Amino acid sequence: MNFSFIKFRKIPLAWLLLTRQPLRLIVAIAGISFAGILMFMQLGFRDGLFDTSVTIHKLLDADLVLISPRSKSSISMSGFPKRRLIQTLALEDVEKTAPVNLTYLLWRNPENLKTRSILTLGFNPSDSLLLDDGFSRKADKLKNPGRVLFDKLSRPEFGPIEDWFLSEKKVETEVAGKRVLVEGLVELGPSFGADGNLITSRETYLRLFPANPKGSIEIGLVKLRSGSNPILVSEILKKSLPNDVRVLTKNQFIEFEKNYWKNSTAIGFIFSLGALMGFVVGCVVVYQILYSDVTDHLPEYATLLAMGYRLKSLFYVVAREGFLLALFGYLPAYFSGQILYSIVRNSTKLPIVMDANKTVLIFILILVMCMGSAGIAMRKLVDADPAEIF
Amino acid sequence: MRKAINKKDKNSKTVSINNLSHYYGINENKKKVLNNVNFFIEKGELVLLKGPSGCGKTTLLTLIGALRTCQSGDLMVLNNQLNGASRKTRQKLRRNIGMIFQGHNLLRCLTAEQNVQMGADLITNLTYLQRREVARKWLSAVGLEGHHKKLPNGLSGGQKQRVAIARALSANPKLLLADEPTSALDSVTGREIVSLLRKLAKEQDCSVLMVTHDPRISDMADRILNMEDGKIFNALSELR
Repeated sequence: MNFSFIKFRKIPLAWLLLTRQPLRLIVAIAGISFAGILMFMQLGFRDGLFDTSVTIHKLLDADLVLISPRSKSSISMSGFPKRRLIQTLALEDVEKTAPVNLTYLLWRNPENLKTRSILTLGFNPSDSLLLDDGFSRKADKLKNPGRVLFDKLSRPEFGPIEDWFLSEKKVETEVAGKRVLVEGLVELGPSFGADGNLITSRETYLRLFPANPKGSIEIGLVKLRSGSNPILVSEILKKSLPNDVRVLTKNQFIEFEKNYWKNSTAIGFIFSLGALMGFVVGCVVVYQILYSDVTDHLPEYATLLAMGYRLKSLFYVVAREGFLLALFGYLPAYFSGQILYSIVRNSTKLPIVMDANKTVLIFILILVMCMGSAGIAMRKLVDADPAEIF
Repeated sequence: MRKAINKKDKNSKTVSINNLSHYYGINENKKKVLNNVNFFIEKGELVLLKGPSGCGKTTLLTLIGALRTCQSGDLMVLNNQLNGASRKTRQKLRRNIGMIFQGHNLLRCLTAEQNVQMGADLITNLTYLQRREVARKWLSAVGLEGHHKKLPNGLSGGQKQRVAIARALSANPKLLLADEPTSALDSVTGREIVSLLRKLAKEQDCSVLMVTHDPRISDMADRILNMEDGKIFNALSELR
């Protein structure tokens, strides 16, 4: 058998140089991993924020969404006349519409009686609100006044509602000072804007929030007939409806919410800056490690130059060291990230997940960090003067 | 006829130096360390270079080893004119020059075998396994059969110097430069090392230029060059 590839095999100098001082290697790996974990967490929180802010948006059963032009995001929605929604039915492409009210009301924890703000949605139970097969059955129960559906993914500060409900205990509490009965559970999830969610009928909603102007809604859901082009229909509606309403496709509505968190608040910037800090910390750690490694081995590198090795070959050695550090630093960061994501998910209910984008992005960032630092450390190699070793 | 003689003469010399001068510093700090040096080394010769500290021995060694740029005069090493030679030419030439340093300069993270193999790795037409075989062969040749997996820290001074010799010879050099290879060794080991070096160099038809202060090994040289204040004396004196 001809093992011709063995011809290209070389002594793993980079690996041997790195592992010669195990403690320093461990410190380097710990430093890179720490930087990686920092980036994973910051980007995880950032993406989590953006994802949770649109959890409900994604679940809405609509092709087009009508909102007030004064609305900034789900945490600052303004109302618009419900009749605008009815006007959309004049278009043949529009199959049905659903008016939705949305505001924050005070929920009383039935266990400790403490109040906490909860995002409350009001809709007609006969309309389709969410893309959830079992939801219409649950929505039917809201036809009786004073009934609510509680989001079981809400933060625990709202009380042990799920446990009580599943143990068939009657879950009664107050919302905005009015008595309500929990008739079912839904799965929506908290966001940075809302710790918990509540769904009720418009009738109950208006009873809980009587200050809501009559005929005013915050969101208008428009369902199109199959085969209709949402962008085209939205353009027609924009032209035909007055300026007191804004027409968005569902994707535009999702982007509208995300953009608020990205651009109108410092949150996106803060988390991106946090990730950048992790990157910078990692660069400093790797550079220090590689620079001291090159400095320590300078006489040895000079010896290799004296033997006839090219400077380029030595650059490759340092580059390989950088690559190995990236690889060994990334793996613990990835697994620690998984564990920390799980802890954050369980304690905050935020949907922070290790998706492929983040996995690849952070590996690339760590690789850039290590290879960049190796590139800077290589400048020291030029100081390796073979004439000085005699 | 004269041309043919000159060509033969040129080819029989590993090193040929004419009016070689070298300076350090610039302007008023400029200092001449080599002053019109003239000498040659024949193929297979073992030449000792002696002289007091600071007389220019190491500078001469680094110039011959293509580690420095030649400033003035002719310096022919293995038929390469080093005055005006490019960095790449000097780097390529160094692959044919073995070097043994006073401080061994073994790579601390590599075993004895791997250190020697770093030399053998410069021979491009061999496979990894062949290069490893070359390394093992040279370790055996210097009497270190059972030590090939040891790191430099686990070797004595004499053993390290043997590894350095094996490494220098493993790339099949045509010229070997050694800078006081016996200075840290006792007299018996020192003689052993030089004797081994001489034997292996002769077998490979390799010329050796050794800088040394050690009088105990003078009798083993083909020629001794004395250097003082940047000048070579009795360059042609035959000792044996």
